[in-house]
Amino acid sequence: MERFSLDAAHLLAGGMVLVSFMMLYQNRILGLLNVFAAHAVVLSLSVAWQAYVQAAPHLFVTAAIALLLKAITIPVALHHMVLRLGVHRDIETVGGIGPTMLMGMGLVALSMVVMLPAAAEADPIAREDLALALSVILLGLLMMVTRQNAISQIVGFMSLENGLVLAATGARGMPLVVEISVAFSVLVAFIVIGVFLFRIRERFDTIDTQALDDFREGRE
Amino acid sequence: MTAFLHQLPFAPIDAVLVIPGIAALLLALIPQYKLGARLNMLASGLTFLCALTLLIERPDPAVSFLFVDDLNVVFVVLGTFVGFTTSIFSASYIGHEIEIGRLKPGYIRFYHGMYQALSFSMNLGLTANNVGLMWVAVELATLTTVLMVGLYRTQAALEAAWKYFILGSVGIALALFGTILIYMAARPVIGEGHDAMVWTTLIANAAAFSPELLNVAFVFLMLGYGTKVGLAPLHAWLPDAHAEGPTPISAVLSGLLLNVALYALLRFKMLLAANPFAVAPGPLLVTLGLVSLIFAALLLYLRRDIKRLFAYSSIEHMGLIAFAFGMGGPLANFAGLLHMTMHSLTKSAIFFAVGQVAQVKGTQKIADIRGLTESHPTLGWSLVVGVAAIAGLPPMGIFTSEFLLVSSTFAREPLLAIPLVVGLLLAFGALIWRLTGVAFGKPSPSVVDAGRRPSMLPLIIHLVLVLVAGIYLPGPLVAWFQNVARMLG
Repeated sequence: MERFSLDAAHLLAGGMVLVSFMMLYQNRILGLLNVFAAHAVVLSLSVAWQAYVQAAPHLFVTAAIALLLKAITIPVALHHMVLRLGVHRDIETVGGIGPTMLMGMGLVALSMVVMLPAAAEADPIAREDLALALSVILLGLLMMVTRQNAISQIVGFMSLENGLVLAATGARGMPLVVEISVAFSVLVAFIVIGVFLFRIRERFDTIDTQALDDFREGRE
Repeated sequence: MTAFLHQLPFAPIDAVLVIPGIAALLLALIPQYKLGARLNMLASGLTFLCALTLLIERPDPAVSFLFVDDLNVVFVVLGTFVGFTTSIFSASYIGHEIEIGRLKPGYIRFYHGMYQALSFSMNLGLTANNVGLMWVAVELATLTTVLMVGLYRTQAALEAAWKYFILGSVGIALALFGTILIYMAARPVIGEGHDAMVWTTLIANAAAFSPELLNVAFVFLMLGYGTKVGLAPLHAWLPDAHAEGPTPISAVLSGLLLNVALYALLRFKMLLAANPFAVAPGPLLVTLGLVSLIFAALLLYLRRDIKRLFAYSSIEHMGLIAFAFGMGGPLANFAGLLHMTMHSLTKSAIFFAVGQVAQVKGTQKIADIRGLTESHPTLGWSLVVGVAAIAGLPPMGIFTSEFLLVSSTFAREPLLAIPLVVGLLLAFGALIWRLTGVAFGKPSPSVVDAGRRPSMLPLIIHLVLVLVAGIYLPGPLVAWFQNVARMLG
């Protein structure tokens, strides 16, 4: 049982890294939103499994928040927003898909090299989970850097926060206050972003953040 | 006095949080500009008074989520003071912005509510006795300032807010990962649950933590909170956020928010220093500090927008402060603390002046602002004094702290003193060069005065304090800072 619970936890956390890679090569916004929903579902499963293994019922709340908020509400809302704004077209990436995937692999290797020895004394679930969580965080960062479109940057940021939740639940006994605050911050962030998206749209007729940069250079 | 404080129906430390918290909710309901501005001043003033009582009365850390020690009380008192003076400045400044139609009256409730929410989150971040709570507070402060920076709803303001939001969120996310790692390091020693995130417990047991985990954690905390401090190369959000938001917010950003992030960084530096096997955090801070100093000093020459100019000067000074704390030791830490205090006071004073300059001249372009001392003598000369202070001319307070820093660096690491002095001189040259153009010569045309003039009082109070500190530092203050400098190691 001990062995199985460990393997299942690693499987789910590894699944998140895999879905993060899937996000990297999506070239349509709607497709990206679907994959992000899948990311949140895997996160929710992973957190629920941790809750079961650690016998920590409060983690089920975190799992439920992840499922309801990040797997259903936010993707659906963004979906509507994208259709309403009429921006469901191709996403332009900086540097192309191939090099991005290679960089992603490099980042995963990096997080393994950094985290596994550093957390050598921690229990095995936490150790591997932490390394995989760092991979998810770095892949989220990579996505934010390589996408110019505001919505894909948001999705990258939210996948990054999913990695944080994974890390927080892997740390046995970490107080609930942090998980709730993470979920809460995503919500607030989402509202803020929603406001900004509409504002940016109003001003520029595009949600491509490149337009913002062009504007800036023109000014100074 | 202590007896009197015991008579109060509330603890002062709670009041520092409760007053801004209630005021934020209340002000969000008040659409009248004058009433809102007065209440904003009142709430900020009361918060400052309550913060002052923390100097003599400390809560018991065992029964509270909050705690006060010699280090954070300096930050709290300084922060609430600048918050108070800025609220006075903001009252008249925002009034003017409404009159000229730059700010829609509908945003007043939002602005005042956010101002107090920001004050609440900064005080929470400074007094929280829990690394998780501290993180939540910094996140809250980030979100409130993002909303404030975008207040004018112009293209430039939205762009600045968006950039700030993205970079700030990423920074804050990395800081959370670092915080989780700190918990992981503490858990085997302290046990599961809340205790392993309580600051006072952490520092007491830090020697037994796994040094490898602490090292990795510090890298993330440094990148995360370092972004909020505005250290190069993580500074990209800072100039835009300062230049495009309302000027009172620029003053609060430079005078307060950067300090809160710096405080978080210092706390974790103390944690690492308490573990004999962890990597020394000093050299990392020194490197980032020097890079920020030189980088910002060079870029000062290229600025064409007056608010951006002083935003880059903030990066330069945060670099100096990080350098001082990175050097460590009683003298450099003392210089760092003094410099931080002086920088907060001077930089917010400069933004008070710059805000008015931009209003009377109707532009933020440095090239279009000339001869201020002739057309607006009080304002012009205040700006001259402020810039002379921030550039480090004697007898102002910043000269004292910079002199201490340079001389102690020469004594210990002469090689490091060379880039330090080069950076200081470069920045000095840029600021004085820009100042002569703005302050002297034939005056450029002014906008017709729209009646209401912003209050000069906060500006003058700040400059007088900086001047007095440069000439004479009171004995108890010196003893206090020396004590904190020892604490920081």
